[in-house]
Amino acid sequence: MAETRNEFLKQVAAEALATAAVTFLLSFLLVGFDTVSLQGQALTFNTRFDAVAWAVALVTAGRVLMALDRHGLHWPILVFGSIFAAYFIFAGVCGVLGYPAYDNLPKPHFDQPMALVIFGIAAVIIVGLSLAGRRTRQIHAMSSEQRKAIEATSASRGYLFLKYLGPTLIVFALALPLFANQKWVDALVVALTFVALAWGLNIVVGLAGLLDLGYVAFYAVGAYTYTKMSMYFHLDFWETLGFAGIFAAIFGIVLGFPVLRLRGDYLAIVTLGFGEMIRVTMLNWVDFSNGPAGINNVPYIDFFGIPFKRKPEEGTESFHTLLGIDYSTGQRLYFMYYVVLVLSLIICFVAVRMRKLPIGRAWEALREDEIACRALGINPTNTKLTAFAIGASFAGLSGAFFATRLGFVSPDPFNFELSAMVLAAVVLGGAGSQVTVALAALVLTIVPIVMLDLVHYRMLVFGVVMVLAMLWRPQGIAGHRRPTIWLHGKKNQPLTASEGEALA
Amino acid sequence: MNFPYFLQQLIDGITRGSVYGMVAIGYTMVYGIIGMVNFAHGDVFMIGAFNALIGFLILAALGFSTTPFMVIVQILIVLVIAVCFTAVYGWTIERIAYRPLRGSSRLAPLISAIGMSIVLQNFVLLVQGSKPKPLQPLITGRTEVPVPGGSVSVSYVQMLVVAATVIFMAIFALIISRTSLGRAQRACEQDMKMVRLLGINVDRVISLTFVMGAALAGVAGLMVTLIYGSVNFYMGFVAGIKAFSAAVLGGIGSLPGAMLGGILIGIIEAMWSAYFKTEYQDFAAFAILVLVLIFRPTGLLGRPEIEKV
Repeated sequence: MAETRNEFLKQVAAEALATAAVTFLLSFLLVGFDTVSLQGQALTFNTRFDAVAWAVALVTAGRVLMALDRHGLHWPILVFGSIFAAYFIFAGVCGVLGYPAYDNLPKPHFDQPMALVIFGIAAVIIVGLSLAGRRTRQIHAMSSEQRKAIEATSASRGYLFLKYLGPTLIVFALALPLFANQKWVDALVVALTFVALAWGLNIVVGLAGLLDLGYVAFYAVGAYTYTKMSMYFHLDFWETLGFAGIFAAIFGIVLGFPVLRLRGDYLAIVTLGFGEMIRVTMLNWVDFSNGPAGINNVPYIDFFGIPFKRKPEEGTESFHTLLGIDYSTGQRLYFMYYVVLVLSLIICFVAVRMRKLPIGRAWEALREDEIACRALGINPTNTKLTAFAIGASFAGLSGAFFATRLGFVSPDPFNFELSAMVLAAVVLGGAGSQVTVALAALVLTIVPIVMLDLVHYRMLVFGVVMVLAMLWRPQGIAGHRRPTIWLHGKKNQPLTASEGEALA
Repeated sequence: MNFPYFLQQLIDGITRGSVYGMVAIGYTMVYGIIGMVNFAHGDVFMIGAFNALIGFLILAALGFSTTPFMVIVQILIVLVIAVCFTAVYGWTIERIAYRPLRGSSRLAPLISAIGMSIVLQNFVLLVQGSKPKPLQPLITGRTEVPVPGGSVSVSYVQMLVVAATVIFMAIFALIISRTSLGRAQRACEQDMKMVRLLGINVDRVISLTFVMGAALAGVAGLMVTLIYGSVNFYMGFVAGIKAFSAAVLGGIGSLPGAMLGGILIGIIEAMWSAYFKTEYQDFAAFAILVLVLIFRPTGLLGRPEIEKV
């Protein structure tokens, strides 16, 4: 017994030492030396070895606790993890509220106290994972019947929840403008545009399993199509919307056709490059896009041909004169809210229905096993191309809406950051249904609005979330999804019709 | 055509291309062995550049003079620093983000890689700030070489970069072809299951592949710091796409192909910005990537890939 104990301690100590050494090497140069460039002076640096020490200490401690947890010693991670979490959240909250105690508390080098809170929350998550891991082990130790029963009840509970959550959310969204103020509706218009993008990308990534890293390029194509067509041909939003979708789809087909014949990795890097190239073109092609300054006076949305204007020109109607009500700036905003809500619901509806068509089945099948599909006579290139083009055209529609909402288009918003954000929403929500993707998208847009301080940490968190989402579900989002149908209900029990609906 | 001008562009292109080639090796080796695109590799290159920059600053603060001899000593020390510290990043990334995903669907490691790339970029953004970091040029001399119709000027930095590339390529080729590690790597590329059956620690071989790729990215980072004298957190993104294009052009999985592709991409890019618009120079690499994928997906020196069940 003593020997195994010694063995075990040795193992943990070795792990701790290795972790400390690696963390030190990783952070020594980049964290330990802060390069400062002052105007007109040569580059110099300040040292901040305390930050390195914090990094090494925290990472090593975390590693030791997790190693103990893995070896069956659970209490340290719960106790120390909770202490960590409590301390960091306490210090962070002190800082956020501006208590003077904050300055004297020992803490890592963060310029935002909110980051400490995030750190504390991370510790809470680690503790939670340890508890969750224990439950999984308990379930594993049960007999297979017991296990199946538990899994079935929790799964059906989840399906029921999702089944009713979607319609509830839609009803809530429809009624929302009745009681929300303009500021919130405005934020929600932005958020819903993002939800529409996420649902569009979900067709490409979630259903067809194609990694599109330049989704925002098609969004840009849509935005510029609307802008240019409305300026040159004087078409209104509704007349242009179709063209925005069609042009984006054409771009998708032209780009996708050569690449989709090949392995999936190529698509990822080509779309990544394409997203960047569209932005560079728009920045430099001044005749077309007016360069970085952007195009002003993009026409605003109208009520199916009737503009929202305070003073309509002689002989024409405006929205408020038509209805005989007073003019208010909110009218256009509320209309836009419903437009984007309907637009995103259409995208969602199409995605859900597509899944049940032969083409949707083919997408899912291709995602699971391309060689088998080929043997069954499915043309992989064309099938993938439809998914890619449909996803692109939905991005085009959202792009046209984006242009008309702001009344201004510049290359700036169409950056990789946005593509990554949409992808993060799909990855984070990818486990189940359209509903979870929408929720993830809403969280990702609303959290940065609420916590403006954390804007620098936002992308870092997205990256971490993407990696962790993959690590915790090693099958990946694609593999984890239950296919819509099984052959003769062979694996597990087949889904009942209602569960299938909820999944979709 | 103005011959010296052309030749000048060619020399600039080869210098740039050497850097792309060294980064491309990292892509192509990883792809060859585990069949995934390591999106974070461009950012490992960026981290290499930062490590080199900080290395130079530390040496300057320690009072190293800038006499020609001491400059060479400085560069050698920084080379060691950049290689070692960057290699640790390569090892860590593989350990954290890719190893647990081995044997899962194809999409999972790709998403993990792109997440890792975002993490690295924003980590450097947080700890070092968003401004470009300029470094005083260490080597300033250049020499004029007479050619028919005029002369071209070759800077000492360019000579150094090309010489370093040749040396490192030679070392690399020796490791791959002569050592037991290289043999294990080549075997893993062909049949990983069989290699495992023969008692070779495949995880270790893959780890070392990442370490080697990252070490070369560290060298490339040092070179780029010397050539341009400025680094920023965003430089890995476009450089990564270009280096990947180079790897594809040369035939992904092929080491000489990666170097050849890198130099070709460098030359084409230099010619593009010399004879077309400079603003669109990033297009050159991307256009080549798409054209190669349309007409010759196996690249110049690559073997056709057979998908097995």
